[in-house]
Amino acid sequence: MTEYFAGEYDVAVIGGGHAGAEASLASARLGASTVLFSMSLDALCNLPCNPSVGGTAKGHLVRELDALGGEMGKAADAVFLQSRMLNRGKGPAVHSLRVQVDRAKYHLHMKKVLENQPGLSLKQAEIADIRLDENGAVKELVTALGAVYRVKAAVICTGTYLNGKVFVGDSVLKSGPDGLHAAEKLTASIARLGLRMQRFKTGTPARAHRDSIDFSKLETQLGDEPVTPFSFATGGALKNTLACHIAYTNEKTHEIIRGNIERSAMYSGNITGIGARYCPSIEDKVIRFADKKRHQIFVEPMGLDTAEMYLQGASSSLPEDVQIKMYRTIKGFERIEIMRVAYAIEYDCIDSAQLKPTLESLKIPGLYGAGQFNGTSGYEEAAAQGFVAGVNAAHKALGKAPFTLMRSGSYIGTLIDDLVTKGCLDPYRMMTSRSEYRLLLRQDNADTRLTPIGRELGLIGNTRWEMFLIKQKQIEDEKRRILAINLPPSEEINRLLLEKGTTPVTTGVKMAELLKRPQMDYESLLPFDEDRPELSRDVTEQIEIQIKYEGYIEKQKSQVKAREKMEKQKLPDDINYGEIQGIRLEAREKLSKIRPESVGQAARISGVSPADISVLLIYLEQQKRMAK
Amino acid sequence: METTIAAISTALLSAGIGVVRISGTDAFTVADKVFRANSGKPVSKMRGYTSALGRVFDGQNNAIDEAVCQIFCAPKSYTGEDVAEISCHGSVWILQKTWRLCLENGAHPASPGEFTKRAFLNGKLSLTQAEAVMHLISAGGESAAKAALLARDGVISGRIYKITGKLVEQSAFLAAWADFPEEDLEALDAGLLMNTLVSACEEIEEMLRSYDAGKILRDGILTVIAGRPNVGKSTLMNLLAGEDRSIVTDVPGTTRDIVEDTVRLGDFTLRLSDTAGIRKTDDTVESIGVLKAKLAIDAAELVLAVFDSSDELSDDDNDLLLALSGRPCIAVINKIDLPLKLQADLIRAKIPHVVTISAKSGEGRDELLKATEKLLGFTSFDPAAGIVMSERQRLCLIKAGESLEDAKTALSAGMTDAVGACVDFAIDILLELTGERASDRVIDEVFANFCVGK
Repeated sequence: MTEYFAGEYDVAVIGGGHAGAEASLASARLGASTVLFSMSLDALCNLPCNPSVGGTAKGHLVRELDALGGEMGKAADAVFLQSRMLNRGKGPAVHSLRVQVDRAKYHLHMKKVLENQPGLSLKQAEIADIRLDENGAVKELVTALGAVYRVKAAVICTGTYLNGKVFVGDSVLKSGPDGLHAAEKLTASIARLGLRMQRFKTGTPARAHRDSIDFSKLETQLGDEPVTPFSFATGGALKNTLACHIAYTNEKTHEIIRGNIERSAMYSGNITGIGARYCPSIEDKVIRFADKKRHQIFVEPMGLDTAEMYLQGASSSLPEDVQIKMYRTIKGFERIEIMRVAYAIEYDCIDSAQLKPTLESLKIPGLYGAGQFNGTSGYEEAAAQGFVAGVNAAHKALGKAPFTLMRSGSYIGTLIDDLVTKGCLDPYRMMTSRSEYRLLLRQDNADTRLTPIGRELGLIGNTRWEMFLIKQKQIEDEKRRILAINLPPSEEINRLLLEKGTTPVTTGVKMAELLKRPQMDYESLLPFDEDRPELSRDVTEQIEIQIKYEGYIEKQKSQVKAREKMEKQKLPDDINYGEIQGIRLEAREKLSKIRPESVGQAARISGVSPADISVLLIYLEQQKRMAK
Repeated sequence: METTIAAISTALLSAGIGVVRISGTDAFTVADKVFRANSGKPVSKMRGYTSALGRVFDGQNNAIDEAVCQIFCAPKSYTGEDVAEISCHGSVWILQKTWRLCLENGAHPASPGEFTKRAFLNGKLSLTQAEAVMHLISAGGESAAKAALLARDGVISGRIYKITGKLVEQSAFLAAWADFPEEDLEALDAGLLMNTLVSACEEIEEMLRSYDAGKILRDGILTVIAGRPNVGKSTLMNLLAGEDRSIVTDVPGTTRDIVEDTVRLGDFTLRLSDTAGIRKTDDTVESIGVLKAKLAIDAAELVLAVFDSSDELSDDDNDLLLALSGRPCIAVINKIDLPLKLQADLIRAKIPHVVTISAKSGEGRDELLKATEKLLGFTSFDPAAGIVMSERQRLCLIKAGESLEDAKTALSAGMTDAVGACVDFAIDILLELTGERASDRVIDEVFANFCVGK
């Protein structure tokens, strides 16, 4: 094929999904000239699976991304149809925002943001080859049509496109998601670079026509009022516009599934990719949890301007005829018309243990990965990594310092630390239980934790920064004020306390002490607080959580502090673990493979013992003294 | 800031004196809580390189020993940190008690080679010593790892593992409940969760009581002598106890009840029970004795299983071997003065600690005592069979217990997110002993047991 020189950029992003969008926006906003390659510009920021953003722990990721200066939260706020704060009543640490979005509008919104971003070019092209310079660093990208781009850094965010294969029953099709082309050339190029590849699998349920569903037979699920926005910058009242519905499978559904199980691609042995544990197909649910009499199916609108409805909870790789039969056994689905069948999709990805906490390849300088390419699943996980990879690619090109987030400071940091320290054996989904510091890493304080970092990066504008500072000051001032208030015992206060089901007081009591009682809240103490200033719910919520959870928060903070020194002690890039006598063989192999950035990360690698870490510390001191 | 560490720095044997060394930023604060000088001057006010005579006090204000405390100020000390050394009288019990008091007052148990590691990192040892230090730590790490591996099969590890398992189950439920709120899961049963937390706390308390090295040193170790009739259990009992406590005859089944006695063994005490021989029998009186013997084995902290070397392995012997699997046990092959008929290898395959003796002549008594000492862990870093808790296990259990108390408080206040975090922290501390991570275990459990996911 004839090649031609097509141009030069600081950063190239391969793939225009949620990882690619955040990566290219962050990179361009940091001043790096950036190009985004997508197989189809009509599929930018597509939502090929569920038409929703957020969910447990994923909502945390979106808010953190927003606090750092990312785009996903704003886009979701702009085009959402229904919003719910999940887990209300289970404690603030596990509150998670989830919204249904208009799929088509989400794509258009993000496309517009990308198109209007100065310093960012969008190109519809398939990247076929990545070439290195004489030092083994990324140098050129070549498209399938022979265009050669010179770049300083590249971010791979290929989603499920890389050697994508779609399975429905015994039919196997080379394809990406939603009937788009698979990217068939790039895997060979990446393998040539020496990266270890693996194969993962995911799946999606059918979409059905709205008019073929009898909603009167289904349960209705409404959104929350008032709506909490994702973005800390979104102002004004938001409104829910559409409802979701819940249907249930039954014994008949399960009978059909069991009777045709050998025709499911997942059970016939055709699929070799490793599936997501938290995303079981309906046949998996029926077979593995045989004692469950019914499974839920959420009926979610795909948008305002379409009749397509997404059947969440019923992903499948059964043949089309069985799918139709199975869906029609469900109450409310008797006359259901399937518009797109459910399918399973297999794709290539890498073992994420080959990456640094910057998401740069350990082996190839300038090559970054994000999203499903790194073995995760989910739009939010992808976007979060895309942002970090994009910032680092831009920093690399611009000669700035690497950017990493601490495990103890964010879910994004936890996600990446898990990826690079443990690798991924199956598609990785964020969960609140993955963070040992989850009482600190709440979705409500994502701005307090991360906006200063976003500001330092240069991704938080002046207006937003000033808003942030005002809010922080309000929180601090009000907390100080509340902590200083003493209440004398009185009939009125004891009446309130009894009414709330808690013990009355006989002596003076601190307002903060009353607030600590589980039955009490900030609002109800208003009559006893004459000087209380007018404050937004965002602010008073912080006061309440900080006071109520004080003991637990302090404990987690001291756990973070205990590890701080190890986290801060960096390991040199060129350390040769082979020459350190006294580190056990298993630990030496793991350390050589994962090449941790810090002593703290090294200590988290399974198979590395405290004694190995001690030896490592002695070795580091020895090297330091020898260098003198 | 470095944590403050403490260890018994002299050999753990009965000797004239023994030293407990404390090093780190809080060394003097810790020493102050454990040691009181006769002069009344606090340790933290003492000048460097001076000593004070005083006493070691326990938490209840009881003096446990007269001791000398010597202090070294950073950076002029072995480790380069503040160091306090308490020289006690060298009984194992006193040294362990003093060390434990240090741990209870904020010090962490020192890992093998940790004082030397700190000395090197603080520039107190020359560069040429680096290799030696690394070697020392890695050798210490190896033996600690081996001991831990052995202890994994021990009674204590088994019980810790069981507690952890129950906590993981609850935590997995909480995780599934919080991370998959839209799934058709059962509602959170706060009462059930509270019961699990309460029983885990009780179990931990109970373990801290019953496997306490201090208690065992004081009260003795419940030791049961078991074996089929007429293998020489009573003769062994008499050999150890030094007087004729059991009736010894040639008629199998003479001991029909449990005979008890105590035997001093170095620094600790065996509380010996001689049981009726275990065999299938129709004699009512004897069969009650046999039942009691079986119960005694179940309750024992140490079993001395006696076999007759002059006879082949019988069905009763095999039953006994089966009943002993996983228990702290020494196989005593008796009657080596008679011609050998027993296939000792079959016993060795099932019980790692085997000694051969003649209870009648007294030959092999010292070997038996040595093996007992070794099994109980008084000569090694970590107890091999785990009937005496190591200070590390003890500290982990205490910390896990505290975190579970926090979880209980949070649950009563309806703060379920804090409950999950506290339970996970407790699991993490318990798993520290096996090197696993709580979050991995919990998440594996979620997907194995709950039908969740879109």
